[in-house]
Amino acid sequence: MKEFKRDDGRKADELRPIVIKVGVIEQADGSALVSLGKTTAIAAVYGPRSMHPKHKQVSDRAVLQTFYSMAPFSTSERVRPGPSRRSQEISKVTREALEPAVFLEEFPKTGIDVFIDIIQADAGTRTAGINAASVALADAGIPMRDLVTAVAAGKIDEHFVLDLGGKEEEVTKCDVPVAYMPRKKQITLLQMDGDLPPEETKEVIKTAIKGCEILYEKQKQALREKWVR
Amino acid sequence: MGKVIDMIIQKQFISSLASRKMRIDKRGQEEFRDITIEPGVIAKAEGSARVKIGKTEVIAGVKMNVGTPFPDRPDEGVLMIGAEFSPIASPDFEKGPPAEDAIELARVVDRGIRESGAIDVKKLCIKEKEKTWMVFVDIHILNHAGNLIDAAGLASIAALLTAKMPEYDEEAGTVNYEKKHKKLPMKFKPVPITVFKMSDSLFLDPNLEEEDVTSVSLTVTTKDDGNIVALQKGGSYSLSLEEIEKAFELSLKKGEEIRKLLEKHI
Repeated sequence: MKEFKRDDGRKADELRPIVIKVGVIEQADGSALVSLGKTTAIAAVYGPRSMHPKHKQVSDRAVLQTFYSMAPFSTSERVRPGPSRRSQEISKVTREALEPAVFLEEFPKTGIDVFIDIIQADAGTRTAGINAASVALADAGIPMRDLVTAVAAGKIDEHFVLDLGGKEEEVTKCDVPVAYMPRKKQITLLQMDGDLPPEETKEVIKTAIKGCEILYEKQKQALREKWVR
Repeated sequence: MGKVIDMIIQKQFISSLASRKMRIDKRGQEEFRDITIEPGVIAKAEGSARVKIGKTEVIAGVKMNVGTPFPDRPDEGVLMIGAEFSPIASPDFEKGPPAEDAIELARVVDRGIRESGAIDVKKLCIKEKEKTWMVFVDIHILNHAGNLIDAAGLASIAALLTAKMPEYDEEAGTVNYEKKHKKLPMKFKPVPITVFKMSDSLFLDPNLEEEDVTSVSLTVTTKDDGNIVALQKGGSYSLSLEEIEKAFELSLKKGEEIRKLLEKHI
């Protein structure tokens, strides 16, 4: 039987080439860059610092705020600057993907702001952003239960495929981004667009989890390179 | 202060009931509050439906217009779904542009209808690359008593299924809203069901008090053939793979039931 090869030559369960750099923004308390193929996300963490806007302050924990945005030059057709409905939804699900991992109760009355800029987009920007944000939070020294690691999976023809790239988003039967805490085996983000029986949907989620486990090692390695002498 | 303490006590009470798989209004884990579906409540709209789930009340309205198709889909109709959390519906809703929750709700409902192919969008095209029908579904929350996504999703599909298309005069390029007879070309009935977790157990159809103690939820939209067409996790906590599998089962079963109920009303 001929082995299944994807448009870019990858195997079904293969991630795109990964680059993770820690501490890329000198001004930030923590930062990271994550690339998967042509998709590149940069995350910067500021805080814990005094909460802004102040009325959102909470007395017994820190408030995590996430801001996802795409650079105007990140796609073929220029992206209009400023928040869109899409970016606001992604900011929300990103926050909810990170919150389960962060010990927010350690920093009452403060705010932790995470800014995610997508400087180049070629599918999988929300998951690249979550990977970068999670490493940036760790880089900022914020106590966490685990790193959050994220990747999307789908199904092309009969194959469950990991880390959909560019053109694959148009041919996949579904697009399922997953964020995962590997040590706890807990899913912190799950979305799906598509049309698939429940059994197969489960397989797609499992495919994404396998990818998360690979990314987890890369994240830890990148953090060690900066912090362990 | 007394009120704050009452709220804390109530939250603890609901959590402790949930840990024994019981609920404050004595419902079963998978039991919905009473559902009513009332199509055609807005005469001026092309389609509309009022859905009540317990005290939660939502109206969805369909309006149509003729416009230009998207360049990457030159032979298809255009679908737009929006939601407004009007301040009349809850002391927690504020005036102003749609906030995060309203945007998310509209996008989750949109995904279910779009991805399932519920509307046969190819049949909405009038002239390739030039003219097509645009379908706007607007969701208006009238009273927020919990489980808004399920109510909004049900109202939207009910409104679409009962919508009648206005007439289009190709020569004059005008839409005649007085003459409506043809139905919208509909193929499927996607239904979103939100499964939520309290005290490590899974439940359906939270009321407002239960939503306050909910740690995490998963909205699963299924269509007529049992396929899943959209997923959305919500809330600041996490889920295990086993819980997700269980949520699939629960929402598929309930989705089937609600589709039958929907068929009775259209």
